[in-house]
Amino acid sequence: MGERLIDLIDVCKVFGQTTVLNHINLFIVKNKFLTLLGPSGCGKTTTLRIIGGFETPTAGDLLFEGKSILNLPPHKRKVNTVFQRYALFPNMNVADNIAFGLRIKKVKADVINGKVNEMLRLVNLRGFGKRPVASLSGGQQQRVAIARALVNEPEVLLLDEPLGALDLKLRKEMQIELKNMQQKLGITFVYVTHDQEEALTMSDTVAVMNAGEIQQIGAPEDIYNEPKNAFVANFIGESNILGGVMPEDYRVVFAGNTFECVDRGFEKDEEVDVVIRPEDVRIVESGKGQLTGIVRTVIFKGVHYEMLIDMKNGDFEFLWKAHSTVMSEKGSAVGMVIAPDLIHVMRK
Amino acid sequence: MLKGSAKRAAVAPYVIWSALFVIIPILLVIYYSLTMETDGKLVFSWANYARAFQPTYIDVMLRSGRLALISTAACLLIGYPVAYIMASREFENRSFLLFLFLVPMWMNFLLRTYSWLALLENNGILNTFLSGIGLPKLALLYTNKAVVLGMVYNFLPFMILPIYTVLKKMDHSLIEAAQDLGADSRNVFFRLVLPLSTPGVISGITMVFMPAVTTFIISDLLGGSKSMLIGNLIEQQFMKVSDWNFGSAMSMILMGVVLVLFTVFTMVDKDGEGGALY
Amino acid sequence: MKHLKRAYLALMIVFMYAPIIVLMVFSFNRSKSRANWGGFTLGWYSELFKDPKILSALYTTLSVAVLSALIAAVLGTAAAVGIDSMKSRGRRIMMTVTNIPVVNPDIVMGVSLMLLYIFLFNAFSFLRLQLGYATLLLAHVSFNVPYVILSVLPKLRRMDDHLFEAALDLGAPPFKSFYKVILPEIMPGVVTGAMLAFTMSVDDFVVSFFTTGAGVENLSVLIYSMARRGINPKINALSTLMFAFVLILLYLINRSDTSKQRKGERELNEADY
Repeated sequence: MGERLIDLIDVCKVFGQTTVLNHINLFIVKNKFLTLLGPSGCGKTTTLRIIGGFETPTAGDLLFEGKSILNLPPHKRKVNTVFQRYALFPNMNVADNIAFGLRIKKVKADVINGKVNEMLRLVNLRGFGKRPVASLSGGQQQRVAIARALVNEPEVLLLDEPLGALDLKLRKEMQIELKNMQQKLGITFVYVTHDQEEALTMSDTVAVMNAGEIQQIGAPEDIYNEPKNAFVANFIGESNILGGVMPEDYRVVFAGNTFECVDRGFEKDEEVDVVIRPEDVRIVESGKGQLTGIVRTVIFKGVHYEMLIDMKNGDFEFLWKAHSTVMSEKGSAVGMVIAPDLIHVMRK
Repeated sequence: MLKGSAKRAAVAPYVIWSALFVIIPILLVIYYSLTMETDGKLVFSWANYARAFQPTYIDVMLRSGRLALISTAACLLIGYPVAYIMASREFENRSFLLFLFLVPMWMNFLLRTYSWLALLENNGILNTFLSGIGLPKLALLYTNKAVVLGMVYNFLPFMILPIYTVLKKMDHSLIEAAQDLGADSRNVFFRLVLPLSTPGVISGITMVFMPAVTTFIISDLLGGSKSMLIGNLIEQQFMKVSDWNFGSAMSMILMGVVLVLFTVFTMVDKDGEGGALY
Repeated sequence: MKHLKRAYLALMIVFMYAPIIVLMVFSFNRSKSRANWGGFTLGWYSELFKDPKILSALYTTLSVAVLSALIAAVLGTAAAVGIDSMKSRGRRIMMTVTNIPVVNPDIVMGVSLMLLYIFLFNAFSFLRLQLGYATLLLAHVSFNVPYVILSVLPKLRRMDDHLFEAALDLGAPPFKSFYKVILPEIMPGVVTGAMLAFTMSVDDFVVSFFTTGAGVENLSVLIYSMARRGINPKINALSTLMFAFVLILLYLINRSDTSKQRKGERELNEADY
């Protein structure tokens, strides 16, 4: 693991009556891509704004290279921000926007020119320098915002849902471009998004947040495969989440059946959440599975069929989401098998 | 099409009204300004305009321009900080503060101006206060300074309002972006806030300068014998000496100046972002 | 820094209110002088209601304001509907004409109307007309109409063009279509315009000064005629009453507005952290 650049220690933020951040502990590793992921209102933007210096935490500390920077105003911090709606200066053209930070630092005009042109090339906007920012498309404005921040060679670039306003195709392209840029320039990125796919594609580390708390921090694969709780499981990708009981190690009861699993260390008969990804539900002939249900809908998704399967087992009813490469008829009865290592058991 | 013509017919009364009460009156002013009364008849003549450019009247026009300019500058210098402070996020009840600055306009304009007499008089409230704290008295009343004070007092809200509107509308993330890029508060103000508020400043200047250059009451009430402005001159020609021809010529000159300035200002603020009162 | 800002605002507010407070204080002054304090009295307030000149000026001010606002509202709304349906060139001409009274200096408007009235009186001399209430009212309508038009036009522009056509299509005659469909949509603009017109009329001095006569005076003209001799404290008393009335009215409107606005802001703040 690399060098810690930024530390958030027990950061809390209260707006009026609302607690927006509740004891956030987080460190950001140099030259890595960290994403704060969560639904709107979870506190991710506030966390970013605290790092940028636009909000002061109610409690806690913020360290940069081991020293507290809480009292440092935004213009003295070695971080730059790409704002949600770009915040390009409407009274300046593209080149003047990019040059803004350098002019403040009183860099020589010819040096500024060189760096601005270099940046325009980096973000594929060569020849756009004299254009007023209002004449640019959303994607181009986005690039200007990035160039304007990067030209200052910040230690950390903060990005607040920078792709939120772009259409899907452009967003996909920019995701790859941003990732490439980050790797090429070797700058630490802290990225805020509510789009789980975006987070998984781009990040080295993802911090999943909800209701002002960090739910889980880890590599994208770990977050996806080993969600720590029902919220993360539900937020990252699709899941079947059921209530269950652990009668003993390696055994879990849910959906009216007892299943083998790989989890242990629970108290006897502890109530748990059981998470099963749709692609981990294997469809077999009716009667041959651990569970049986009736196919309610079948939607073709290209690589697979997405099915909703209505299951009844005694009093227990559940609508399963399952992916299968084999098509089943709507209304037919099917069996379902779940392998022990694909059952994720989580404490409530 | 019937529906279009039905709608268009609705404008007819207004067309007649504006022809009678807007266009014809102005044509009459033009007519009077270009004629002289000779043997009880009006005869074409440039004499009224020629007279307007005699040194006495040039002086009046220059004074009008100068006092209006000083008042406008003073309103800008005094009013910009007021608008800026009110638009900043430091105060809870911003709309109430703005309200406080607009409320005085609901008191009769003449009375408010007249009240300054009691404040500025030789033995008035201001001087009583000044001598009370051991400062020399100010002989402001019946001078051009009092006229400027009256203009600033009366027209200050017209400067504050449009600037406040523009500043309040300004996207706060722009200021954060500038800070983020290293700008301290001075840089934020001069490189960003001030340039972005120019539309408001321009509307403010228009809305202060126009009434200031045309007023005759403020100078009439607070000014002295050397405070005659174009407005007073016109008023005199119509109400006292009954030289309507010369009065009309002065009116045309005043109207010309105002229209030219207004056109220039609207061209500068071409996007109409100024947030003017009207 | 914050204290400095507060102090500056406070100073400016003192500047704005000093003359008003002076005026109010002198409405309770037993002495008629505007410089000396002769003791507290409410006498001017009771005498005010016995002064026929002041009462008639108040009546003129208010009746001219109400009538001119109403006439301007009708005339201006009809004009706005017409202008809105015009092609670009006609519309441009009408907008220029509409802007003339707004931009034109008051004093020029005043003298031009005075010339018009005198011209008409001479042309129809057998009618023995003179400046007075009617000429005053007509003048006020003239400078009020543009404010109604400028308030109503944006509402019309935001309205769906096909509403009127749909009403016609469903068999409503044009006037009824207007009354049932367009008017409810643009009503806020009409009300704003009429209120603006009312205040412009109450506040006007210059145009009234040139267009009234024969002893018809509104408050502004009365105050001006008094100014040289010294303003009677009864006027101060009347203005204090009117100001207090407007203040209470504005406060009530403002309070209901800000509570709505606060709610909106709070929702906005909670939308995204």
